[in-house]
Amino acid sequence: MTMNRQESEKLIQEVLEVYPEETGKQRAKHLMANDPTLEKSNKCIVANKKALPGVMTARGCAYAGAKGVVWGPVKDVLNISHGPVGCGQFSRAGRRNYVTGYSGVNIFNDMNITSDFQEKDVVFGGDKKLAKIITELNGLFPLAKGITIQSECPIGLIGDDIEAVAKKSTKEIGKVVVPVRCEGFRGVSQSLGHHVANDSLRDWVLHNRDDQDSFESTPYDVCITGDYNIGGDAWSSRVLLEEMGLRVIAQWSGDGSIPEMESTRHAKLNLLHCYRSMNYISRHLEEKYGIPWMEFNFFGPTKIAESLREIAARFDSKIQENAERIIAQRQPVMDAIIAKYRPRLEGKRVLLFVGGLRPRHIIGAYEDLGMEVIGAGYEFAHNDDYDRTFKELQDGALIYDDATSFELESFVEHLKPDLIGSGIKEKYVFHKMGIPFRQLHSWDYSGPYHGYDGFAIFARDMDMTINNPCWSKIKAPWQQKASEEMQAAA
Amino acid sequence: MPNVMLRNNAAGQLVFYVTKKDHEETVVSLEFSGPGAWGGEIELSDGSRYYLEPFDQPPRLPLTVRVKRL
Repeated sequence: MTMNRQESEKLIQEVLEVYPEETGKQRAKHLMANDPTLEKSNKCIVANKKALPGVMTARGCAYAGAKGVVWGPVKDVLNISHGPVGCGQFSRAGRRNYVTGYSGVNIFNDMNITSDFQEKDVVFGGDKKLAKIITELNGLFPLAKGITIQSECPIGLIGDDIEAVAKKSTKEIGKVVVPVRCEGFRGVSQSLGHHVANDSLRDWVLHNRDDQDSFESTPYDVCITGDYNIGGDAWSSRVLLEEMGLRVIAQWSGDGSIPEMESTRHAKLNLLHCYRSMNYISRHLEEKYGIPWMEFNFFGPTKIAESLREIAARFDSKIQENAERIIAQRQPVMDAIIAKYRPRLEGKRVLLFVGGLRPRHIIGAYEDLGMEVIGAGYEFAHNDDYDRTFKELQDGALIYDDATSFELESFVEHLKPDLIGSGIKEKYVFHKMGIPFRQLHSWDYSGPYHGYDGFAIFARDMDMTINNPCWSKIKAPWQQKASEEMQAAA
Repeated sequence: MPNVMLRNNAAGQLVFYVTKKDHEETVVSLEFSGPGAWGGEIELSDGSRYYLEPFDQPPRLPLTVRVKRL
């Protein structure tokens, strides 16, 4: 059942009725039915606004955006969660940003380093403690290439000068020390954290090797930005680019490192996967070093082929031939996967509520499997994300910005989708409602989903979720209607 | 006096981007665009107008500039 625009609008009105008048008025601005002909979203949807008091939202905080998303995947830095111990501990290693190396020797992603603020640190300030921690860390992990200070809420509240500590410590240990002002209370969602982290990379890291020219660059140097290597995503993207004849000189920031980031200025093209979290640095790279950027989409064979051709078009005929060769070579493999899974997934309806780039980028992969996306929404998108979403999504599909748990559950009750793709906060609610669910923030402990290799895993995962026999066993036996056979027997 | 970034998009149009607001609009008219002077009054696709102190020569884009809202 596909809804047309009027039906979607009607459903939105029904759901909004429950709210108090003022809340309903505010929330109405965040919900709409899709119209693929729209170019600009600022007239029809409000995004990146503070969530209303009293509703349950799925958003994170600036610290989550900076430490968890942007800085977390960088493998050779020590991220100090500066503040009380909880923020670091509960966000540790949750996003499964894969890296290569030896933990505690030259990679540090799976560690929780915190300054463990106590009452006395809040009263007397934590700068001295921080400086001591940095010295100590440098002694413990001499192969680390840098240290970042990810400030938690109290740091901003008591006004500690972490920038001064960073400057002093950089001189002392001779490594990059980056203060990241990502106090959780700043901004309306994790989106500001991405911005803050991008700015810290710009101000403290990017230019560090500008006076060195030892890097031998080639005309085929590219960098991948906005790919966090969740379950190995960046690797399955990287192999395709390398097969095309391009040289990936930097990964921002999945499996990335400080020296890579400092050499990014040699790239000839910046390939941007997650626009939301890395457009800031991409714009800066273009302005300062003249590196053009382009967005690409490596979900599902149709979009991969499109993107590979677009990327190749920026280079010479050799690269273009290679791209065609890769597409021709992988297409039979993809056709086999589609032939296997499409009959099992054809016509299934999907509801998405994720963040970053997924509500629009993944649509192509679902369509390759014969599924349709009937609703998509972002936790923390801005209007430019919705500009990009309208033309990807089918006419009349629901769009919901920062959906509250009530709205999401009501939509699901009405639409009865065959699959929901969202985060861990929603997962068990929908499991209990008896609806197949994939946790699409970190691929539900699976992945990679990017690239041709990823699509095979994506298709398998969707099949094993939707066609899992457990969904018919949700009702307790005594609540089920007696089957006809049993009635006949009685 | 917002800080904006001016850049050319893939289609060759001049794009006006307000970093703080994530607000991106194409420029529909630029008062002076020739050699000798570049800038002046800018009109965007959403109808809003800004003033950019003219440059002597067309600058290398992208470029972050301060503009005045009219």
